[in-house]
Parts: sequence; structure tokens; C-alpha cells
Amino acid sequence: MISDLFSVTVLVGILASGIRLATPYLYAAIGETFSQRSGVLNLGVEGQMLLGAFAAFYVALTTGSLWLGVLTAMLVGALMGLAMAYVTVNLHAQQGISGIGFYLFGLGMSDLLFQKLMGTVETVKGFPKIYIPGLSDIPGIGEIFFSQNILVYGAYLLVPIAWFVLNKTTLGLKIHSVGENPDAADSLGVNVARIRYFTIILGGTLSGLAGASLSIALLNVFQQNMTSGQGFIAVALVYFGAWRPVGVLGGALLFSMINSLQLWIQIKNIPIPSEIAVMMPYVLTILVLVATVSRVRAPSALTKPFEREN
Amino acid sequence: MKKVFQSDWVSRLVDSLLPVFATLAALLVGAVMLLLLKVNPIEAYIALWVGAFGTSNAFAETLVKATPLLLVGLGICISFRGDVINIGGEGQMIIGAIFATWVGLTFTSLPGWLVITLSMLAGFLGGAIWGGIPGVLKAYFRVNEILSTVMMNAIAVQLMNFLLRDAMIDPVQAERASKIPQTARLLEAFHLPRLVPTRLHLGALIAVILAVLVYILLWRTTLGYRIRAVGQNPHASRYAGIKVPRYIVLALLLSGAFAGLAGATQVFGVNYRMITDGSSSGFTGGAGFNGIVAALFGQLHPIWSIPASILFGALLVGANSMQRVVQVPSALITALNGLVVVFVVSSEIWRQKRQRRRLAAARQDGESPPPSDEKQAIQVEAGA
Repeated sequence: MISDLFSVTVLVGILASGIRLATPYLYAAIGETFSQRSGVLNLGVEGQMLLGAFAAFYVALTTGSLWLGVLTAMLVGALMGLAMAYVTVNLHAQQGISGIGFYLFGLGMSDLLFQKLMGTVETVKGFPKIYIPGLSDIPGIGEIFFSQNILVYGAYLLVPIAWFVLNKTTLGLKIHSVGENPDAADSLGVNVARIRYFTIILGGTLSGLAGASLSIALLNVFQQNMTSGQGFIAVALVYFGAWRPVGVLGGALLFSMINSLQLWIQIKNIPIPSEIAVMMPYVLTILVLVATVSRVRAPSALTKPFEREN
Repeated sequence: MKKVFQSDWVSRLVDSLLPVFATLAALLVGAVMLLLLKVNPIEAYIALWVGAFGTSNAFAETLVKATPLLLVGLGICISFRGDVINIGGEGQMIIGAIFATWVGLTFTSLPGWLVITLSMLAGFLGGAIWGGIPGVLKAYFRVNEILSTVMMNAIAVQLMNFLLRDAMIDPVQAERASKIPQTARLLEAFHLPRLVPTRLHLGALIAVILAVLVYILLWRTTLGYRIRAVGQNPHASRYAGIKVPRYIVLALLLSGAFAGLAGATQVFGVNYRMITDGSSSGFTGGAGFNGIVAALFGQLHPIWSIPASILFGALLVGANSMQRVVQVPSALITALNGLVVVFVVSSEIWRQKRQRRRLAAARQDGESPPPSDEKQAIQVEAGA
């Protein structure tokens, strides 16, 4: 029954898993925020996440080291980012379409490697929960916020860091100027190409980490196409959050909370078709995009390659 | 003057061969990957070739796989020419298939040819609606169409899963405990006729005819001209009096319609029912994405998209035989398709460079640039 959802234990459960499930969205969408703020739409996030998820899982499985897995995932993501940067910055390739290319590459590659190197679905013991002393004992709140694993904490820590870098540092200012008016930035001596390389590679690294958080911190398995569209949602969250880390956080939480609610609806056998529940976040995203996009302006140079005038 | 013309011709030929180079490059990368997997790449590629073209059945299968790619690709030619990036092929195929299947399962007392016609039109309509929504959102609410079409894909999959489990479920399955999410089988009379004694069906012929019609639409009608003008330069188009938002909607709507038709032909020509494994590619076979690859490969030209679709159909069919013969998962082909896309869009820069050089050469010769330059044509229309 619907009223089953409103017991305190269930409510705490929903919120706690909602906080957990926001993790991959946060890593990927914060990374994408950086690249979009510098004027580059990276649509290959999904592919980077998939390869990251596989790399992390495979390395953790074979070496037994979760951290080595995380590092490998970040490295794989960074390499994909490097390729994306070369293609979009140096070769001026259409960003949206080349992103789809990188997505297909990551999708096929992670599947290929999975079938060749593993063959069957296996599980690893993922990152354990860390109970923050004192705080985790608070009833309800403790379970929701202070009994998560390290990658979950890391994702939330990333939000203020990203906010600080983007808004309070010279680097952030340069990223902003490159995304708004690359010609002016260039004439003031900002190296447009270098900034974009940095943000795209950073985005790739964080997408790889997002994949790792799925495969060795949240679900602790690897399956073909396990991200099932989360990378694309992460890109949408950047628009949703109006290119601000805090906005992205809000979008990620909204999405993950609805997802979590939907999972509990299924667990509790509540007679709402699960498909309708799964559909809701997507419908909501479109509606929110309609409501916000006309009020918020995207970085002016988004998707526009920069070419120095001679 | 003659010399310029000749080098112009050669350079244009090189341009049109760029996708071929891109594919060769991707296959080369694939060969390296195969070597790393300790598989003989020559053996693998021979298995791929034989699997796709070895027998008449294999070739028919290639064409069957190429059909949805071409139909989706035709829609992509229209939308990408209008500078509208439609990533929603998967969802549009699904909705088109749902519309068509509903017609096929509802009007069982009508004659076969009529139901087939109505179903194909229903598929066209379903896809048009699913593409039109992001079109309206882009044109009038400035919602990025890449995002909205991706969201619409996810919504379509859930809608399909829901309908096939509930309202549209096969009555036989509804009685059983297993409840496989699939519709009833279409009546024999409603199947798209086979062209030759293989699995090749009428859909392939429809797709080729439509390719010609899309060519005419894009280059011989005002509608097509305006879609392309908006894609080339929305500002100039606005000054020329073209209602830009309307053509953005039309580009996405038409693009979706062709994908919807692709979905309909899959049901009526191949599976004869809708069945879901819960994912979109379970139904579409990824044609919604691979159709983009094929159209890009065909340089967004409807006629060139025909051989391009056959090529990628062959890769898909060949991948399966490669998997059987040398035990390389067919996922390799997905990865290579991705590389082809990246290489094709990356090679664009050389084409542009050469085009600029051609223009410069023409100017030095004291000639006006070739009249194919569409921005000029728009300015002419604006002045008139």
C-alpha cells in the first residue's frame, strides 16, 4: 500500500539510497560543467563512464585493490577526454556528433573487454561504509548522511570545490572567459586551446570516476551497458543546473531521489507500474528544461570551435 | 580555367572518399585491437566479409539490416541538414512501431494491402509526433534537442515496456504465468511481402524509393531549400523572411517520421510482433544510433546513404559471423562504428580547408565562386 512508504524506516531508506545514487551523476555532471563552461559540449560522458566502470571493476577484481581500480578508471576517462579534446579543439569536429561517436566506442569497447576478459557477471566487495564518529549515531540523519562510502562523500565534497574553482580562482575566470568570448580571451593572452584541453580531460577523468563509483562503490558488479543512460542524464543535469555546481547538485538529488523512491515502490510491491515510475525523472527533466532554459543563458561559445583570426 | 576545373574535380573526389578513408582507419584500429586480443585480424575480417556477402541469404540479411539504417538515416539527412541534431531515433522507432502495431492488431477485418498501408502511415505519424515534440521544444522554448531527444528515448522505452506488459500484451501471454512482454503475432496477410525467397522484404524497396524522394525534397523543393537554409545560416534565413522556428519543427518532425517508419517496417517485415527485453536496442538493434552513423558516412546525402547503410548493415551481420568463427564479440563493431563517426567528423576540417582553397583559386582566376554556395543564394533571396 502507498501508506507503507511513509513509515520512518522506509523514508530514511529512500533518502539514504537517494543520497548514494546521486554519486555518479555528481561526478559526471560536475566534470561536464567544467567542459561546458569552457564552451565544449562533451556528449561522450556515457561512453567514458562505461569504460571507467569496466576498468575500475576489472582492476579491482584482478588486483584486489579498489583504489587502483579508481585510479585506472580516472586514467581511462582522462585518455578518452584527451582524444575528445584533440578532435574538438584541434580538428574542430562537430562536438555533439563526435560525442556520440565516443559514446558508441565506449559502449562497444567496454562490452568487448567484458566478454573477452571476464565472460560472466562477477561481484567485488566494494568500498565499505564509513561511519562518521558521532554524527552517524544521530537517528535517521546519521544513516542518511553519515553512513556512506568514501566515493559518495567525495562526490558531495566535489561540489563546493568546483564552485570555488569556477567562481573564486583565476583558472575559473579563464574557463568562463573562454566559454563566453574566446576571441577576447585569446587577445588578453589566455590560451584557449590549453584551457579547453584541461576542462575536457578533467571532465573525462571525473566521468571515469563516475563509472567507477557505479561498479565498485554502489552496485559492485559490472554488466554490459550498466550505466543505461546515466551519462546522458548527467549532461542534461548541467543544463538543468544552469552551469552552476550547486544547481547541478540540486538536479542530481532530484533525479536520484525519484529513482530511489521508484526502487522502493517496486520493493514494497506498490501497485504503480514501475515503468511509469522510471519514466518520471525523464519527463520531469524535460519540463524543468522548458521552465529554466529560457531564463538562463548557456555559455555563448558552447559547441563553437575556436579558430584564431589571422 | 580548365585546369582549375580539373583540380576542382579531383579535390571533390577526394572529399567524397573521405568517409572511406575514415572507415579504413577504423578497421585498421580494429585490427590492432584484434591483435591485442590475440585474434588474427585477416581471419576475422574474412569471416566478417563472408558473413555479410558470402551467400545470397547472407546478402539478403545484410539488406534487411540496412533497411532501418537507411530509413533512420534519411531522417538524419533532413534534420542534420537543418542543423538539428536528432539523437532520438531509438525512441521514434519505438513509438512508430507501437502506432503501426496497434493498427495491425486492431483492424483485422480489413484487406492486407490496406492495413499495411495504414500501418506504415501510422508508424510515420508516431515517429513524427515523437520527433515533433523536441522540435517544438527547441523552436519555441529553446530546449536543446540533443538532450530532449535522449530523454524522449528513455520515455519511449518505458512506454513500450509498459504497453507490452499491459494493454498490448499477447492474450496468450496474459493467460500464462510467464507473461512474456510481447504483442500478439500479426496476421499473415499483414506481413510486408518478401521480395525474393529470402528474408528481404518490401521495406527495403520502400526505403530506396524514399531516398530518392528525400533527395528531391531537399534539393528540388522550397521546403527542403528552406530547411537547409535555416541549417546553414538561421540569421540570414530570418532576414530572408523564412519562419525559422517552423522549419526547425519540420526538420525534427520529418526526421522522427522516417525513424517511426523504420520501426514499423521492423515489426511488419522482420519480427511480425513487438517484443521487448526491457532495453531500446532489444527492439531497434541500435538502428536509431547506427542510422546516424550511416547518414554521416553518406555525407548526409540521401542517395549516398543507400550504399552507406548497406555497408553498416554488412558490418552488423558480419559481426555475428565473426563472433561465431573467431570468437570476437560483435561489440567490436559497435566500437568501430563509434570510431568511424569520430573519424568522419574529424576529417571534415580537411574538406573545409580544401573548399576554401578552391574558392580562393576560383577568385584568383577572376571568377565568381561556384554557385553552390548556399549562403550566397540566401542573400540573393533576401535581396529579391
